[in-house]
Amino acid sequence: MTSTPAPPSRLIPLLRQIGGTVVTLFVTFLGLLMVTFFISNVIPVDPVLSILGERATEAQMEEARERLGLNEPLWKQFGIYVGNTLQGDLGTSIRTREPVLQEVSQRFPATLELATLATILGVLLGVPAGVIAATKPGSFFDQSTRLIGLMGYSMPVFWLGLMGLLLFYGQLGWVGGPGRLDAGYQMSLDFELTQYTGMILLDTALNNRWDMFANAFSHIILPAGILAYISMAYISRMTRSFMMNELGQEYITTARVKGMPERRVIWVHALKNVMVPLITVIALSYAYLLEGAVLTETIFAWPGLGSYITDALMVADMPAVLGGTVVVGIAYIGLNMLSDLLYRLVDPRARV
Amino acid sequence: MSTLTTWLRDPNPASRMQSRLGQSYLSWLRLRRNPLAMIGLLITAALLFVAIFAPVLAPHDPITQELGRRLLPPGTPGNILGTDDFGRDILSRILYGSRITLYIVLLVILTAPVVGLIIGTVAGYFGGWVDTILMRITDIFLAFPKLILALALVAVLGPGMENAVLAIALTSWPPYARVSRAETLTVRNSDYIAAVKLQGAGPIRIIWGHVIPMCLPSVIIRVTLDMAGVILTAAGLGFLGLGVQPPLPEWGLMISAGRKFLFEQWWVATMPGLAIFIVSLGFNLLGDGLRDVLDPKSASK
Repeated sequence: MTSTPAPPSRLIPLLRQIGGTVVTLFVTFLGLLMVTFFISNVIPVDPVLSILGERATEAQMEEARERLGLNEPLWKQFGIYVGNTLQGDLGTSIRTREPVLQEVSQRFPATLELATLATILGVLLGVPAGVIAATKPGSFFDQSTRLIGLMGYSMPVFWLGLMGLLLFYGQLGWVGGPGRLDAGYQMSLDFELTQYTGMILLDTALNNRWDMFANAFSHIILPAGILAYISMAYISRMTRSFMMNELGQEYITTARVKGMPERRVIWVHALKNVMVPLITVIALSYAYLLEGAVLTETIFAWPGLGSYITDALMVADMPAVLGGTVVVGIAYIGLNMLSDLLYRLVDPRARV
Repeated sequence: MSTLTTWLRDPNPASRMQSRLGQSYLSWLRLRRNPLAMIGLLITAALLFVAIFAPVLAPHDPITQELGRRLLPPGTPGNILGTDDFGRDILSRILYGSRITLYIVLLVILTAPVVGLIIGTVAGYFGGWVDTILMRITDIFLAFPKLILALALVAVLGPGMENAVLAIALTSWPPYARVSRAETLTVRNSDYIAAVKLQGAGPIRIIWGHVIPMCLPSVIIRVTLDMAGVILTAAGLGFLGLGVQPPLPEWGLMISAGRKFLFEQWWVATMPGLAIFIVSLGFNLLGDGLRDVLDPKSASK
């Protein structure tokens, strides 16, 4: 590293690739908007009718159509739609008459908090499990991680959530029930707490309200644990296969022949190289959790994006549904691309 | 019996059929050594059996309400798994529900992989700008959050089983396109394709007759592995009230009905969830085993 400074020629292909990624990102983003646009405009539901209600006069309807640009040709409407979205205008919720972007940004931190905690737990459990399974393939530990993982893939997340509530909240009373806080604390959340981030664990800690922190933790741990189980299933499986691959490499044999302790060979040398593809896997599972939170949030009355979308679905508030879809889609696409970029940055072989 | 096995294991098969059956027999032997895969196969077979014979097996009608017998706990004589809030027998509803699940799975299998196969093989075979455009579209769809897109689609199409199937199919074809394109790229420059081309076969005939069969094993493995995902998504849509509508005994819908009295009458939500879990686990175990058997890459390890 120190002896030879990186020649400038290596930077240029990297920049070119980043440029390419940005273009791909934009094209994918346009594709996403094309689909949501198709859903909202081409499938025959009259948006004017749903905004004005059935008692509007024909003149009012016509005026609204003109204002919303619905009399323009489709491609022009699409252009307006893309322009509005880029400026952060996701439309107005029919139910609350508030801008969708404002509502979504209020809800987003709750989902982010849930998905982040779940990913952290999933990594902390999944990576070691995958590594140990790979070092002893076919062992009891390997078989049981595989089975536990497959079970995670096979359970409906909403059912798992209900069962978790039934057992840990209803029977054992170990955790808090649905919602982010007990009802008693909910008031102090609104009036006593400075909301820095919208993420309740961080906010309570920053306000030095450790009693509230503990209460919030007892509420988040179950939904986060359930999501973590699902991401653990994926992460441990991928870690195992990457690790198996790495342990067959010659540098591992060399390290072993040199007499290096096996623990160091596995947890330092091999794991370092496994971390590279694993970054992609973790980013993907994070993106998946943002989406998977939809059903979990409805079970746990978690005031995040997922329950926002499903609540809007129930009252056919399409601008809110599609606005939420666009935001989740952007986060999802962004994480996908980020994992791709990180991979290229960390692994020199991928830069070729 | 022994003559049959020797015929199957004959290293010099006399006909194409014998060679094919022999290969399948060897795969079967390998699959049989994997106990988890056999459990998966058993569960899948049981699902088929239950779906076909639901009217014979079910002790009660799944739809008829009997309000005098509502919310009976499991173990009640005549209602082994208990009854729901309308006094309907939960076991009978689960047994009939297997038909709905199987129906949804079959409909998705008949659409998404076929679309993916066609797109993937065409992209891989023709290459060039056709490949670029088709794969860009595939990548765009792959980058979408599937469940949310399915939700939004069903929201505008209106709730219902067919629309749920459509939404699932529309969001699940891209992986098949990826897989079949990759397989197509490996065979498209091979000698046997060149030979067929020299005989004057057109692209459609080559893709249909000579490329698609080569892609099938990988696609079938993916289908088996995806089946659990399809069941879970369908159940999720049903749970949100966007899929199959009441009073049909769809498992996700049954869980959502039991949610109201989860803490008092736990069995109403628990039992159908167990059914989903067992069936998905069966497909996952089978898919996992099939991949080990049919995928030459992992078999050689």
